[in-house]
Amino acid sequence: MSIELKNLTYTYMPGTPFEAKAVDDISVSIKNGEFLGIIGHTGSGKTTLIGLMAGLLKPTSGTVLINGEDIGKKGYDRKNLRRHIGVVFQYPEHQLFEETVYKDIAFGPGKIGVPGDETEKRVRHAMALMELDFDGIKELSPFELSGGQKRRVAIAGVLAMEPEVLILDEPVAGLDPKGRRHLMQLITRLNSEGKTIIMITHSMDDLAENAQRVVVLNGAKMVMDDVPCKVFSNEQVLRDIGLDLPYVAKIAAGLRSKGKTVPQSVIRLDDLEDCVTKMMGKSND
Amino acid sequence: MAIVKAKDVTYSYTGENNITIALSGITMSVKKGEFVVIIGHNGSGKSTFAKHINALFLPDAGSVVVAGMDTKDESKVWDIRECAGMVFQNPDNQLVATIVEEDVAFGPENIGVPPKEIRLRVDTALEAVGMSEYKLRAPHMLSGGQKQRVAIAGVLAMHPEIIVFDEPTAMLDPEGRAEVLDTITALNAEGKTIILITHYMEEALYADRVIVMTGGQIAFDGTPREVFSNEAAMTRAGLSFPPHIALFHRLKNKGYDMGECPLHIEELVDRICQLS
Amino acid sequence: MIKNVTLGQYFPGDSIIHRLDPRMKLLLVIAVIVLIFMADTLVGNLVVLAFLFLTILLSRVNAILVLRGLKPLWFVITLMFVLNTFFYSGGTELFSFWVLRVTEEGLHNAIRLAVRLIYLITATTMLTLTTSPIALTDGLERLMAPLKVVRFPVHELAMMMTIAMRFIPTLLEETDKIMKAQTARGAEFDSGNVIRRATGMVPLLVPLFVSAFRRADELAFAMESRCYHGGEGRTRMKILHMRYPDIISAAVVAGLIVFAAMGY
Repeated sequence: MSIELKNLTYTYMPGTPFEAKAVDDISVSIKNGEFLGIIGHTGSGKTTLIGLMAGLLKPTSGTVLINGEDIGKKGYDRKNLRRHIGVVFQYPEHQLFEETVYKDIAFGPGKIGVPGDETEKRVRHAMALMELDFDGIKELSPFELSGGQKRRVAIAGVLAMEPEVLILDEPVAGLDPKGRRHLMQLITRLNSEGKTIIMITHSMDDLAENAQRVVVLNGAKMVMDDVPCKVFSNEQVLRDIGLDLPYVAKIAAGLRSKGKTVPQSVIRLDDLEDCVTKMMGKSND
Repeated sequence: MAIVKAKDVTYSYTGENNITIALSGITMSVKKGEFVVIIGHNGSGKSTFAKHINALFLPDAGSVVVAGMDTKDESKVWDIRECAGMVFQNPDNQLVATIVEEDVAFGPENIGVPPKEIRLRVDTALEAVGMSEYKLRAPHMLSGGQKQRVAIAGVLAMHPEIIVFDEPTAMLDPEGRAEVLDTITALNAEGKTIILITHYMEEALYADRVIVMTGGQIAFDGTPREVFSNEAAMTRAGLSFPPHIALFHRLKNKGYDMGECPLHIEELVDRICQLS
Repeated sequence: MIKNVTLGQYFPGDSIIHRLDPRMKLLLVIAVIVLIFMADTLVGNLVVLAFLFLTILLSRVNAILVLRGLKPLWFVITLMFVLNTFFYSGGTELFSFWVLRVTEEGLHNAIRLAVRLIYLITATTMLTLTTSPIALTDGLERLMAPLKVVRFPVHELAMMMTIAMRFIPTLLEETDKIMKAQTARGAEFDSGNVIRRATGMVPLLVPLFVSAFRRADELAFAMESRCYHGGEGRTRMKILHMRYPDIISAAVVAGLIVFAAMGY
């Protein structure tokens, strides 16, 4: 399963005074099983980009190839596309609508023609992935659940379609610290079990800890596409486009400015801990 | 002098067939001009408590006294709300009017301020949050951070002594969060009493005092340094540290003599340099 | 795309027409409507045309915008014109074919009606183009203030209108988002027959209602905490003033009505 974006451009309201490019000539290819982070400040084109990837928006120019097949081509099976790519938009709990949790999660599978007997299996599996208690909550109304649970039910609804790629737009926004930690754990677990993850986030720390690659957007254009430690070593570039460094990178930079040697590859807390421990030598207890 | 005094406040929500206890025995006070941050995860009762400060909720038992007025005194409701303004989480759902300046005027209009003075208050309030140039815009055309600043201006125009912020940054991007936080600290510097409820531990670093809530009770109440030093209390409350403080605790637990808990990255960096 | 629906189509500006008191503008539009129906002669109609033209000129609103206001109604105007041309009974026949018979009076009548409709729409469009929604509700609230005596909820009605206008763009944006999210889950909103389409709307409508109720709830809290307690004892930041231009424009319209009443 591969996604390839070739020279994608998307223009909003062409031919009107409001005309603006939301995505400008972006080419990226995403490998199977990758964890890709997309960063850029609000209005940089991130959400439009994932809309294009998922075939929900039609590019003004350029192509999206999924497994080498052009999804914009006439006769391309849209339903099939939904099996390949699942999208979790911001605040996905706002899309819940069914009477019960079970029915809501089963909605997507039903739409793409999954047979009835397989649906239950899929709903169970999706709920297990999101650590939701199947027997405990399947008959409850999704509106009765807590905020964090609602979000996980909504994500389970997308997972039940068993997409190979999961695109998430700020999945942890608005959750409390516990909810954020939990959901990030579940997402990294999905990735370690083989699912390709594409995640938009404002949390540089989450990407520093988990992503394998980071794409940086600014003003509809792509400005960087590299491994996290390379991206986060370009402090000035990031600051110029209004982005912050992950905490660990900030601490590392602080230590470097005091003459300490901290490799650029140190952007995860565990690595920094090791590095600092070596620096300080054995503790005196 | 305490401007907010809560004593043994108990509050519960009654559902269809169950009762949820949201607050059980909250006693605390806030001094005039103080900047207090309340942290705790969902269901800890922090938002419920916030709504007690301007009489949106009344305690089942116990009392809340704001600037000498008991919130249970019905004749004082509007005075209390004028004195203790409130900014909510969702920037979209607290703006009433279709034009920014009209929205800021909404509060003063409600309390019967004369027209000329409203104009003055609106202009001053928009100036204070740096939104003057947007006064004739429609709120839905603004960014989240800007909307939130308009909401703050709307509260400021009522000339409150206290402003309670109920997770004002939860739905904002980092830029919006910084804008709002800068506005809050500036207001505090000018003497407003601030009570800020938040999920972002970093925001607690700027406070005079931090209150940690769990299960409808106050678990800890102290300076930011005291709260962040207390690993056990934070873990019990299900809260996590900003990474630099997490690193401090990891090193400390390994037996290094880390000294007192750092609030900012520079302090941690200095400490590590001293030890190596 | 859905985001750019603007209700009432206000065209911000600072012209003399924009600055007229909204109360006066509302009254004037009513008066102009009366005038349009009174003007029965060619001269009378030309005078109305000149008046409307002058208003557009003074307002500095792009005339194309005004014409665009007519767009959704061209069909009605054409239909009225056709019906009146062909189905007018009596009068001097001009020509006829098949069962259709066009008479001089019929044609005359059709033209008169079409022209009146165009004038009518232009006049009301000018009102909404030059008056912000908030000024409009404000003007309405104050014009209807005497009705408070008979316990008519004037303030509440105006407040509801304001809030509705404030939230229409927000809800449109939300509709767009939910549609996209459900489409990603395989929902289809634009295929199938009427019944399938209607049931297909459920995944959109339920979340939309849930969200509208949540918003209403939160807004109520926010309004209460800003001391909102109905219209009683409320002051307003903007006081409406009748100024010279208001009096002059009233005099002009009154003059035109007298002119029309004299038989033009």
